[in-house]
Amino acid sequence: MFAFLLTDIFFYIIIFSLGYYVYYVRNTKDILETWKHVFKSNTGIISIVVLAFFLLIAILDSIHFKEKIKNEKNDLISYSSEIKSVLDLILLPTYQNTEKSYSSPFSSNLYSKETRILENNIEQRVYPKLLYKGNHNKYSEKNSYNIFLTFIFSLLKYILIFSIFYFFLFYKTVFKGISNLFHHLNSNKTFFITISVILLISIFLYDLSLQYYVLGTDKVGVDVLYKSIKSIRTGILIGTLTTIVMLPFAIFLGIFAGYIGGLVDDVIQYVYTTLNSIPSVLLIASAILMLQVYMANNPMNFENIYERADLRLFFLCMILGLTSWTGLCRLLRGESMKLREVDYVQASKTFGLSRISIIIRHIIPNIMHIVIITIVLDFSALVLAEAVLSYVNIGVDPTTYSWGNMINAARLEMSKEPIVWWSLFSAFTFMFILVLFANLFSDVVREAFDPRSTKNYD
Amino acid sequence: MINYVIKRFLYAIPILIGVNLLTFTLFFVVNSPEEVARLHLGNKRVTQEQIISWNEQRGYNYPLFINQSEQGINVIKKTIFYEKSLKLFYFEFGISDSGRDIKYDIKQRMWPSLAIALPSLLVGLMLNITFALFFVFFRSTRVDYIGVIICVALMSISSLFYIIGGQYLISKLLQLVPISGYSQGYEAIKFLVLPVLISVIYGIGSGTRWYRSLFLEEIEKDYVKTAKSKGLSEASVLFKHVFKNALIPILTGVVVILPLLFLGSLIVESFFGIPGLGSYTIDAIQSQDFAIVRAMVFLGTVLYIIGLILTDISYTLVDPRVRLK
Repeated sequence: MFAFLLTDIFFYIIIFSLGYYVYYVRNTKDILETWKHVFKSNTGIISIVVLAFFLLIAILDSIHFKEKIKNEKNDLISYSSEIKSVLDLILLPTYQNTEKSYSSPFSSNLYSKETRILENNIEQRVYPKLLYKGNHNKYSEKNSYNIFLTFIFSLLKYILIFSIFYFFLFYKTVFKGISNLFHHLNSNKTFFITISVILLISIFLYDLSLQYYVLGTDKVGVDVLYKSIKSIRTGILIGTLTTIVMLPFAIFLGIFAGYIGGLVDDVIQYVYTTLNSIPSVLLIASAILMLQVYMANNPMNFENIYERADLRLFFLCMILGLTSWTGLCRLLRGESMKLREVDYVQASKTFGLSRISIIIRHIIPNIMHIVIITIVLDFSALVLAEAVLSYVNIGVDPTTYSWGNMINAARLEMSKEPIVWWSLFSAFTFMFILVLFANLFSDVVREAFDPRSTKNYD
Repeated sequence: MINYVIKRFLYAIPILIGVNLLTFTLFFVVNSPEEVARLHLGNKRVTQEQIISWNEQRGYNYPLFINQSEQGINVIKKTIFYEKSLKLFYFEFGISDSGRDIKYDIKQRMWPSLAIALPSLLVGLMLNITFALFFVFFRSTRVDYIGVIICVALMSISSLFYIIGGQYLISKLLQLVPISGYSQGYEAIKFLVLPVLISVIYGIGSGTRWYRSLFLEEIEKDYVKTAKSKGLSEASVLFKHVFKNALIPILTGVVVILPLLFLGSLIVESFFGIPGLGSYTIDAIQSQDFAIVRAMVFLGTVLYIIGLILTDISYTLVDPRVRLK
């Protein structure tokens, strides 16, 4: 049975609007030209492919369901209270068994020694062997050979998958002859190389994680790689949902303030100046603290831990959105004020067009570039902010998988000797990859959409 | 000009009132003082008497707006709104939920915060401007391209990584400075070096990129072309003309955050155990001490508004074209 969490529904809305935007762009010539500029640049296409891959994982992780449980005694079918996602199904082999405690990447035993009593009652301190992975090499006893052979098999799988996909998508080019095929591959070189690298890495990591804990295990023995992958959804959700939540406010109020002016302008300006004057961390902290008090005092409103955690994530996005719409609103107000005086708007006014139709027909299309630039610029900042907020205990729920929570938990183990580094390493690496490509993407988008940007200096 | 400053100060009053109403709503209307007391005392098995006495000790036992049991002016004065919200206007922060004088704590703690924030700002500013000028000098070359990529990469790393990595590398492996702590006088320097260094490194990516774009915007202008066509060298155009004119946005960008330096940085201070206002805020958030959070929200707003006014004044000082009315 499918289960819909609150954030899932909003995430579907985001995906749907993204789809609609793509449709809209394909039918609007001038915006299509601007986007072509993004797709033509190497940085642009690489970051789009990487971000799309992250987005795909987040989508798979947003389709939730409850499993059927058949009662053996009376053949009644009930649903488990545990909510799982499609991604969980795919990754099932990597997390279904948990070890006892920490183990380092690719290791075959636990990280700390345990006392074991031998047959002749002698106590011995040993590193216990891992139960489920690390001692189950498929191809060779020696680890380095085994990893190499796994890579070869992954490479073969990759070639198979890639050719199948290529054949289905571009079967016309395949039949046109070998030189045509090479030309097609070569002219979209960056795109195919990026896809190949991502595909190969994912297949290889999946094959490896059937035999090893590639990024080690955490305190309760859960695969760190699994945790890092599950955190992608939280990161992407915070980056996108926050902006989507605040977008209607910012656009609506910004245009109203700028286009109508007068008293409306004064009131809206007052509201955003007031909100803007409060240091944002403090405003977020106050709002989250009050939410915590509310949730602690009304526990019955939240059915189970999943919904509770999910609701907290949703409110976090709402609160972050509440504090971040002011900047965009101010930009849009300025731009609408400028547009109000432009000739074609004045002309449509003289022709008797109503205010609403002027706003829909002339103002909104002409401020969209600011909105797009803001969405992509804010995304990376929000992903980074999540980690900091979780550190201050005002971020996502402690039971939610998130990079901030992973860092927060691992920080306490820093004093251990030798130190447990892999949790920190994986959280920072995943976060870095997502934020880096989001930043690169936002650079290309800004360059393409900003009318002020000059493409070549000097 | 004096008229303008007075006007700006008057304009600050409605904003402060707005902030005050917002925090009041958040802290007292969304959850009643009773619910807050219940949370602090632990949810289960709390008697009504315990809640009442907890609220009495901290002065939360009044009605929100109007106290009908009192006479005369006390009808308004003996209320939570007056005691906890309006008193902030005379910087009477009152007593924290754990029973300490907030004003005294703030006075004590703002200096360590400043001791980290001010050097970080100055050193960071110098480094960022130097790098930015360097990249602008080599613009449209490979140096500039690689520089920008490095900046983007530096920007994409979480601030927590810089702190944890820096602590591990410099304090634990190399053992150059203590991991965390603070002391008075000159002894404090060894505790301050690492936090300042990390704050500077964290800021380099975004700072350099920002100043680079400011310089590039300036270089597009006509007077630069004139200067070049007069035959001035690239370096003298950059340092004598572009740099001086770009100083205006740089200066105003710095002035606005000057007052906020007192608030310190939340995570840097708490990781390094610096007894500043940043770690004070974090401790208050983690122990859910709402009195301190309220005081810090108000203080932060006041400092931000002062920063805005200072920015306007500094505009007239450095840019003779700007006249304030």
